[in-house]
Amino acid sequence: MTKFFEPPISDSAIQFWDSTRERRLVLPWCAACEHPFWYPREVCPRCLGGPVEWREASGSGEVHAVSVQHRPGPMRDPAAGPYAVALVDLAEGVRIMTNIVGCEPDAATVGMAVRVTWEPLADGRHLAQFEPA
Amino acid sequence: MSDRTLRGLTAIVGVADDVSPTGELERHGRRLEAAMVSEALADAGLTLADVDGICYAGMATGLAEYLGVHPRYVDGTMVGGSSYELHLEHAAAAIAAGLCEVVVSVYAATPRSDRRRGAGGQRGGPAFGGPNPMAEWEMPYGLAMPMGAYALAASRHMACYGTTSEQLAQIAVDTRRWAAMNPRARFRDPITIADVLASPMQASPLHLLDCCLVTDGAGAFVVTSAERAGDLAKPPIYVLGAATGSDHQMISQMPDLTTTAGARSGPAAFAMAGIKPDEVDLLMAYDSFTITALLHLEDLGFCPKGEGGAFAEDGKLGPGGSLPTNTNGGGLSYTHPGQYGMFLLVEAVRQLRGECGSRQVIDPQIGVAHGSGGVLSTMGTIVLGTGSTR
Repeated sequence: MTKFFEPPISDSAIQFWDSTRERRLVLPWCAACEHPFWYPREVCPRCLGGPVEWREASGSGEVHAVSVQHRPGPMRDPAAGPYAVALVDLAEGVRIMTNIVGCEPDAATVGMAVRVTWEPLADGRHLAQFEPA
Repeated sequence: MSDRTLRGLTAIVGVADDVSPTGELERHGRRLEAAMVSEALADAGLTLADVDGICYAGMATGLAEYLGVHPRYVDGTMVGGSSYELHLEHAAAAIAAGLCEVVVSVYAATPRSDRRRGAGGQRGGPAFGGPNPMAEWEMPYGLAMPMGAYALAASRHMACYGTTSEQLAQIAVDTRRWAAMNPRARFRDPITIADVLASPMQASPLHLLDCCLVTDGAGAFVVTSAERAGDLAKPPIYVLGAATGSDHQMISQMPDLTTTAGARSGPAAFAMAGIKPDEVDLLMAYDSFTITALLHLEDLGFCPKGEGGAFAEDGKLGPGGSLPTNTNGGGLSYTHPGQYGMFLLVEAVRQLRGECGSRQVIDPQIGVAHGSGGVLSTMGTIVLGTGSTR
């Protein structure tokens, strides 16, 4: 099992992390300007308003940029070998950082269609990762 | 909008830096900072009693207290590597507005010797104050920092514009050619494109030799009014243009991975200076990674967006080239203690004064120091000129 840096839970992302316990990917939307945004925060970064609503995401996206890490990042096990970190453009229009799994790291390329998959964390939450669609 | 400008109103009158080919320095901490302040003031022909402004990328009052300075101008701007370009911009504005007259900015970090001392260095700790969304939204994915962030930018640039690893490597090769002429550079042996491509992959597409060093290093500059600058020890190097651009902190929030905020700060600083890119005799472009320098070439307008790789591949950035760039050997081969922007200014001043010995560029009149802080987050562009340009 891959070792992960356990993400903290900020006050503005409790619902996001709770949803991952059920392997559901939700995104924060501003109810006032009808846009999703990333990362979760107390107010909308377009209008500084809200309220913030949580809406189900399709889980589909496209690789925007990708880098295979040969020197392990925070908390990663050097023995686990290289792995792919990517920025993925979700169908809803936000860009998130993630890992590309389910293929060789070097097979992950810019423009590749991907879909969400879930990696369990020790506390019952899951980390959203993406695999070739 | 007013038509007020900072052009030619202030000048850098003193510089100092301390770097060693071993990558380590004997002095560290406040003692090293104090030495840099003393040396920069001596370079200017000024004393501590003349100083009424302090810039420091952190708690500036702690430094002022240590030095025994009671400043009337204090700037603690901390935006990473470009902090010193922002310090100069802010100091120039403050001096021009009459808030102060002689401002010192100083930097020292010893991450390499700190390891030996067991002090832990400056790496690995929290990079920024306040809430840390990076821990929640980036760190779980294991992006190796900082190189992974720059690797993502390189990945996107390659996918959009066909930029190659060979083109990026050429930047490292040319920077090393400059370093070969700098006795204090950490690495001076020539390298080839093949050497860069054969060096261990760090975060694809970046190899080890695409990445900057980790060394000790320190430096300082002194800036004052143009009026006062005329009476001092060295020829004044005038601040002709200065501008900042910032558009994110975390790499996943960068609006466009292929275009930095330098696309705003660069043209703004050049407009203030009244120059075009082809008038620049010397470019000090922050090279934390080869991709960093490449993005600056495009964003500052030396070539169109997407053509940085082709622009650099003929070696024009190296000795004898048409755009001498990073003539001290850069962050790639000279020094990189963490916030390298100080050294961009120090080298630009020394080149414009004609003090650079075998690596001296022939008769440069206009130099640009372009700092990049964070992960391509905050850009500070400074245009400097000799007395002939004022």
